Amino acid sequence: MSMILLIEQLLNGLQSGLMLFLMAAGLTLVFGVMGLINLAHGSLYMVGAFACAGVAAATGSFWLGLAASIAAAAAAGAIVEVAVIRRLYARDHLDQVLATFALILIFSEGTRWLYGSFPLYLNVPPSLSGSVTLPGGIQYSLFRLAIIGAGLAVAAGLFLLIGKTRIGVQVRAGEADREMIAALGVDIRRLYTLVFALGAALAGMAGALVGTIQSVQVGMGEPVLILAFVVIVIGGIGSIKGALIGALLVGVTDTMGRVLLPSAFALVMETSAATSMGAALASMAIYILMAMVLIVKPGGLFGARA
Amino acid sequence: MAEPILDIHHLSKSFGALKATDDVSLDLRAGEIHALIGPNGAGKSTLIKQISGEISPDAGEVRLNGRSLAGIDAAGRARAGMARSFQVSSVAPEFTVLQNVMLAAQGASGATFRFFRPVMRDAGLLKTARDCISQAALSGRADVPAAELAHGERRKLEIAMALALKPMLFLLDEPMAGMGTEGATALGDLLDRLRQRAPILLVEHDMDAVFRLSDRVSVLVYGRIIATGTPDEIRADREVQRVYLGEEA
Amino acid sequence: MSAVEITAPGRRAGRMGRAQIVNVALALGLVGFGLGAWATGETFLITLATKVAILGIAGAGLNLVLGFGGLVSFGHAAYFGLGGYASGILAHHALNYTPMFEWPFVFEGSTSMPVIWITAMLVGALAALLIGALSLRTTGVYFIMITLAFGQMIFYFAISWPAYGGEDGLPIYVRNGFPGLNTLDPIQFFGLACAVLFAVLGVTAMLVRSRFGLALQAARQNRQRLMAVGIRPGGVLLVAFVISGAITALAGALYADLNRFVSPSMLSWHLSGELLVFLILGGTGRLFAPLAGAGLYIVLEHLLGGVSDHWQFFFGLMLLGVVLFARGGVIGFLAGGKRNG
Repeated sequence: MSMILLIEQLLNGLQSGLMLFLMAAGLTLVFGVMGLINLAHGSLYMVGAFACAGVAAATGSFWLGLAASIAAAAAAGAIVEVAVIRRLYARDHLDQVLATFALILIFSEGTRWLYGSFPLYLNVPPSLSGSVTLPGGIQYSLFRLAIIGAGLAVAAGLFLLIGKTRIGVQVRAGEADREMIAALGVDIRRLYTLVFALGAALAGMAGALVGTIQSVQVGMGEPVLILAFVVIVIGGIGSIKGALIGALLVGVTDTMGRVLLPSAFALVMETSAATSMGAALASMAIYILMAMVLIVKPGGLFGARA
Repeated sequence: MAEPILDIHHLSKSFGALKATDDVSLDLRAGEIHALIGPNGAGKSTLIKQISGEISPDAGEVRLNGRSLAGIDAAGRARAGMARSFQVSSVAPEFTVLQNVMLAAQGASGATFRFFRPVMRDAGLLKTARDCISQAALSGRADVPAAELAHGERRKLEIAMALALKPMLFLLDEPMAGMGTEGATALGDLLDRLRQRAPILLVEHDMDAVFRLSDRVSVLVYGRIIATGTPDEIRADREVQRVYLGEEA
Repeated sequence: MSAVEITAPGRRAGRMGRAQIVNVALALGLVGFGLGAWATGETFLITLATKVAILGIAGAGLNLVLGFGGLVSFGHAAYFGLGGYASGILAHHALNYTPMFEWPFVFEGSTSMPVIWITAMLVGALAALLIGALSLRTTGVYFIMITLAFGQMIFYFAISWPAYGGEDGLPIYVRNGFPGLNTLDPIQFFGLACAVLFAVLGVTAMLVRSRFGLALQAARQNRQRLMAVGIRPGGVLLVAFVISGAITALAGALYADLNRFVSPSMLSWHLSGELLVFLILGGTGRLFAPLAGAGLYIVLEHLLGGVSDHWQFFFGLMLLGVVLFARGGVIGFLAGGKRNG
């Protein structure tokens, strides 16, 4: 296990963690402010990826595609919020789970109807293609580095938004006491739509970026959604900071686990058994991490409300 | 003098910088109604929760019949005979009055993990439940779902449930709240009868009821007990007048 | 039965009568459909009816903790899949003559359904005990997400563990046997599945009416009140969770036998979601909801699937409509009475 490979995987973990953060931030905001569990978040991720692929193919510009992904996801989020989500705030969690599960079916099957089941591919824009030599002689994909940069920028932006702006104050107050801010005259409906659309935009952006590295296909948002849930559970519902730390933990654990565990097992058992044990354990690693956090802190690391 | 049923020693609880309960000591003797009064924000709810086991105190102890309750949770204290009613009625809304009281009787019996026989045919539990329902003057409403009860009836339901717990003491949190005069008087008469069964620690705002029914009154202000005594003593106490009863005294 | 329905017999006879009539109708409908398919030689339809019965059993397991206990478990596919794999693994070893383990005694697997069912239920119960003990430390949304995550954990494990097929799944070449029956005969297997279904529903009814059931339903309605009468909600809910895991695992074992195949898809969260959907379609908290819901779902899948490849799109719209506007499900619509959940 060379140092170079290790660092490369660490960077990959960072990159996947930051994209996971984009998903988790939206989810945790929606839950923290509106008290709503939203399974359709993964569908918004998918919408962003498809929008990017569609517009990039039509115009030849990745950047336009990226802008489209954010806009499309935000718009889809706003529409869904007004049409459906709004009716769910007063309902119990089971209703929210089932209604948003229905939305997943609608989005997934609808997308399959439009685009078919075969994956689409996005091309990395020429300005960001190829690799860069990092200090220490490590070659790393420039695009992935750009993703890391984008993720950090979004994180900084979110902290500023929540911490320093009026909207941010409303969001934080809403998380603390929903009835109160309504009584204080804040336009709740507008705030909720805004928060939901913001979360959607983040998801869509993540979908476009990750879709470029991997591929764009129906159902791509679902594994990410579940990981985002794990992140929120670890980090604590309602906490952006928790979402960031949780996402980084999950991203790094997952990536490093897949790389290190089979090798670790290879030290004590023969290769084929080691690979299978290692892979199996690696796939469970994140959930084991989650279970351990819960044993110690049932509300998550930075849980505002249990 | 016989040992008090409930003995609270030097209870303290802080939330960050806020000292919600400040070195509170009081006791509850057999056959008495001991009222706990105090202005809003005095810390009555926090104190009640420490007694019932929902919150654990930072310092001090609560003893029931001489036995320390440290480390015993709310369910354990209920089984030990501490019967509580809530400031905001807390019942099982879909269950009928009868089912709610059966539940309490079941809890008191300690035998919940029975899987085979239908509970609503359990003669022993049914008898206990119906007795308690009639004592709380709710007999005609036994088959009404709790959600459909009037406010006053829900208060009485909580009393019926408390009775079904075979209580050593009652811990009642503003049972008169939201009751009209007639309802409050009837409830007061009920409490008067109940005290023979088990003493009552009564948190109340309704001053008429407090002074009519209680044998002793304790006044809680900013988490501290500033006075304990008979209703007349309290009425005459200068500091209580100043702090709580205000200019009306 | 809903909470209202467990009041002393004779009370609210009107409402209780209607629900019971609906339940009997559903049971007769299922059996009648299977017999009718057999009489007309439509083997495929018998298999469909068997599928309804088995999914009904799975739903009944979930109904215990969700409909009556109020726990939104989004990971019940874990137990379904574990039951299926119990069946598959035991049969695999028996049919290949390779021992499963040799200490403390040589065990070569089994192709006998009673043995497999007991094993499946034990495995399901144990998994539910472990998962439940951890998950019940949380409430609300955390609980939902955690049960989902644990389900995923087992799903990914099954995919990456190569010994039993991994992603490709594990075939069961010969359907396991039940003493006295020819389980390969579709109508006999259907009869067996129905018998198990009605037994499970009967057990559920017994549990709900018992002291334990009273405490469980109270845990759903008001945990604070349950504590205040001296009963700890956690203990009651955990026991319900364990029983529920065993029942759903039993369904999984039957399902694996029905398809003669077990795969990680039995562990997927889509299945967990479908189980939830059955219950809301049927009417959460109603005793026969799992049967009504599974039946409705399978019928819709069959009918709509015949019309369009994209039937799930329409099903999603329909489900959304049900959640938003028709909360009581099929049984709520037919039988009326107070809703639960």
